[in-house]
Amino acid sequence: MIISNSVTAEAVAVRPDERAAGPAPDPWTVDGVALSSRVIMGTGGMSSLESLRSALVASEADMATVAVRRVDPAARGSLLELLREIGLRVLPNTAGCYTASEAVLTAQLARDAFETDWVKLEVIGDDRTLLPDPIELVAAAEELVEAGFVVFPYTNDDPILARRLQQVGCATVMPLGSPIGSGMGIANPHNIELIVEDAEVPVILDAGIGTASDACVAMELGCDGVLVASAVTRAQHPALMAEAIRDAVVAGRAAHRAGRIPRRRHAQASTSFAGMIEADSYGSGSGADSES
Amino acid sequence: MSVDASVHLSVNGEPWHGPGRTTVSDIVASWCPSPNGVAVARNGEVVSKSQWATTEVSNGDRIEIVAAAAGG
Repeated sequence: MIISNSVTAEAVAVRPDERAAGPAPDPWTVDGVALSSRVIMGTGGMSSLESLRSALVASEADMATVAVRRVDPAARGSLLELLREIGLRVLPNTAGCYTASEAVLTAQLARDAFETDWVKLEVIGDDRTLLPDPIELVAAAEELVEAGFVVFPYTNDDPILARRLQQVGCATVMPLGSPIGSGMGIANPHNIELIVEDAEVPVILDAGIGTASDACVAMELGCDGVLVASAVTRAQHPALMAEAIRDAVVAGRAAHRAGRIPRRRHAQASTSFAGMIEADSYGSGSGADSES
Repeated sequence: MSVDASVHLSVNGEPWHGPGRTTVSDIVASWCPSPNGVAVARNGEVVSKSQWATTEVSNGDRIEIVAAAAGG
């Protein structure tokens, strides 16, 4: 069988100049800080610091979240030391807070403990859904921005709420794909697209990612990054899943920039019918293999 | 010889007592192996690291000492 290398008329649409030049620069920054990876890793749910370390390294993330909790005098082995040792920026979160005042105090403690103004702001409404409480969230965001924090708000997939968070000065918006730890992927891609279209700050998909394809879809929808925790830390092989998500995010970002084809209801041949031989008179053989 | 009264308060929800004129630094030192990556709130207000040595605690204070924990 002869495999043809000839190029169809449609495929000429690939621009040779771009191919020769290699990938265009694709920077992203938060609050003026350039980040090389579009994956932010959560650290919760892992069985040991050693497995966490392998997964963090495999993800190639340059930032990871930590929670703020009472010191356990008996605890040994420091998460913070691990993150610093492998060169990860620390993004403290306010996980578990139900009110703006709790979240603000937690953020202030994090700033003093970890010497960073960056905070992933979580203010939840209940412990069954872990969904954000939008009223408390906006109030906390406003207060933290005024106090000089760089706020990454974990928010509902609500375009209007995302806009309000930007209006009060948040440095990013982090809409959920689906509830935290659910692994249900992106429940409302239409809303994520609306948030992306409207956003003047980076959009980071947070929560709900279950596997690599979910992260890829987030990037294809135009998100600037993804935050992944349970999908990696609770996978059977966390480091392998971290690699998969790393690659999926790169692929999804490239696909977004490439510009996908529109969906259509009917087939559209990519192979020209011009030059077809006349085989029907021999009575058999479909020739259907030529279509691709 | 006068003896300062002892001070009774709570640290991370547990009863704690020490000599009078105890500072936040003293409590942190008694509670954590290392002050690195640690922050303190006293009665719901952050006491920044630079103030630990000069902030004396009082009877009934609620002290919270926190550090990084695994979390998404």
